[in-house]
Amino acid sequence: MWEYTDKVREHFLNPRNVGEMKDASAVGEVGSLACGDALKLFLKIDDNDRIVDATFQTFGCASAIASSSALTELLKGRTLDEAAEITDKEIADYLGGLPEEKMHCSVMGHEALDVAIKTYRGEPIEAKEHEGNIVCHCFGVTDEMILRTIEENGLTTVEEVTHYTKAGGGCGNCIDEIQLLLDEATGKVAACEFPDDRPHPNLSNIERMQLVMKVLNEEVRPRLKQDGGDVELIDIDGHFVKVALRGMCTSCPSSKLTLKNVVEKALQEQVEPEISVVEVSK
Amino acid sequence: MNTIYLDNNATTKIDPLVLKEMMPFLTDYYGNPSSMHKFGGQVSSDIAKARHNLASLLNAHPDEIIFTAGGTESDNTAIYSALEAQPEKKHLITTRVEHPAILNVCHHLEERGYEVTYLNVDEKGQLDLEELRGALRPDTALVTIMYANSETGVIFPMHEIAKIVKERGIMLHTDAVQAVGKITIDLEKLPVDYLSLSGHKIHGPKGIGALFVRKGVSFRPHLRGGHQEHGRRAGTENTAAIVGIGKAAELAQINMEIENTGVKHMRDTLEKGLLKTIPDAIINGDTENRLPNTTNISFKHVEGEAILLMMDGHGIAASSGSACTSGSLEPSHVLRAMGVPFTFAHGSIRFSLSRFNSDDEIKVVLKELPPIIKRLREISPYKNEESTPRSCSCK
Ligand code: FES
Repeated sequence: MWEYTDKVREHFLNPRNVGEMKDASAVGEVGSLACGDALKLFLKIDDNDRIVDATFQTFGCASAIASSSALTELLKGRTLDEAAEITDKEIADYLGGLPEEKMHCSVMGHEALDVAIKTYRGEPIEAKEHEGNIVCHCFGVTDEMILRTIEENGLTTVEEVTHYTKAGGGCGNCIDEIQLLLDEATGKVAACEFPDDRPHPNLSNIERMQLVMKVLNEEVRPRLKQDGGDVELIDIDGHFVKVALRGMCTSCPSSKLTLKNVVEKALQEQVEPEISVVEVSK
Repeated sequence: MNTIYLDNNATTKIDPLVLKEMMPFLTDYYGNPSSMHKFGGQVSSDIAKARHNLASLLNAHPDEIIFTAGGTESDNTAIYSALEAQPEKKHLITTRVEHPAILNVCHHLEERGYEVTYLNVDEKGQLDLEELRGALRPDTALVTIMYANSETGVIFPMHEIAKIVKERGIMLHTDAVQAVGKITIDLEKLPVDYLSLSGHKIHGPKGIGALFVRKGVSFRPHLRGGHQEHGRRAGTENTAAIVGIGKAAELAQINMEIENTGVKHMRDTLEKGLLKTIPDAIINGDTENRLPNTTNISFKHVEGEAILLMMDGHGIAASSGSACTSGSLEPSHVLRAMGVPFTFAHGSIRFSLSRFNSDDEIKVVLKELPPIIKRLREISPYKNEESTPRSCSCK
């Protein structure tokens, strides 16, 4: 049995806001019986685009029920714009965390909300919902969805993608494709495509260190600072550059992507292609 | 709150008599049975007694019993042994509903150039023996087919299987981990070459199992090292556990009758009661040929883990073959192989009883479970719908 927080258990055993809302302004429905979990979200929205009530019906495991309950609590009182900002992580955090393997339950909440808001705004859901190409046929997950989830949650492994989206959790035929998407999102593909000629061939240790510092100080840090973040160089060990994220970057869910796509990429391009950036806590 | 333990196919309570028998070997008699001195050597007769008890339970010869670390090691050993003995043969036959201790070895072997035929099961979880017959090839090294399924309790017709396989002179292994101790297995009459069993499924300790290897059948050790088990399984004997499994085997033989009467009666009462009080519930698997202690019930439109967690709140422990408890996201491979519809497969619960359960416990489950299912159905968006899954790209 999974390790659930008390709050997950509480919301599972006593879910808030259960049931169909007959006079709902918007309904968002995702999942299916075949997929093993499904959520129907009902919203009542006032004239100022504020959600005054939210209810749900869920078919699924304990965390799916708890996540749905949490979502409805989070939604009440928010405007649609504010509601649209809710992330999977926020739903999970509200519950004091979910086991990694159960993160797809909070993702489902996020999707249902997306569908409900789009319905209300008259945006085309069908087209949007199936935007992109289906990667995982067992669970009907598209590349768009996988890429968004990787980015929002800083995922780095196929296993994590499976936990968050279910893609890859069935027959496993899509695993190679998920890996490709991960490589794309984390910049690895781009790194492989670098021309072989190195920017600075045969660097000595001291030269490498100086160059890394230069690129970090002149290029990377100013970029991160624009968003309230920063990065500090901790150590250089061969081609491993150890850094610590600072400021907004520390709490940013995409910090891993920042490390790969911004910091590592800049160093690979301007110092040596073999460089790997690792985050250390200091 | 006392736990009502109905998950005996996962593991069983150690019988107090087993524990009592084991205790001296965990305290006073800790010598190494391979030692030359009397202090160590004195326990070898206890190991012999345990071997004799297991042999007696299976109607085999004590020399045909090798102690292992459990069912998984027994399964692995049997498969690798058969393959090593016939290096020119590169084909295996098994079923789609085996335990991972078989399936994962088969997948591994496929990566190493072996070809594996996975036999299908029908909606009752039964094999088509003609399919088995048709799958046998001159280069088939081994057929490995479980005796009884842990999730549904379905018993395969092992005597007929053995007849078909042995007629062709092909080696046969059966993973009998769930069957041993619950139904009669007579190895004098059943010509399998290898048979696996495990201690903790028969009220013995964990970490001990045995492999039956018929006399004259080729064998290659899986663990090499010292000369223990006549060089067939190296490693200092786990004396206390061996004594424990021996006692468990003795008790299983004595209590087999209870399994087939008392335990079966409780199982049937539970099953009938649930079917009567809960609409849209089905039994998965062949109810004619089934272990006396197991029932696998599916409840439409609810999900297994949610049921389990709510039952847990009432002190009832069972298990679910559904996605979310098993760590993978699909419903149990056994139910999927049987073609149980998704609407039911996700909400499947396995109750597996033992002689330590009581009628009163069954009454509690019959009282507590119906409202749990009702409550979860109230939350479900499908509560008013028929069972057809809506369109989804899921297979
Ligand atoms: S296609 Fe993704 S798991 Fe089967």
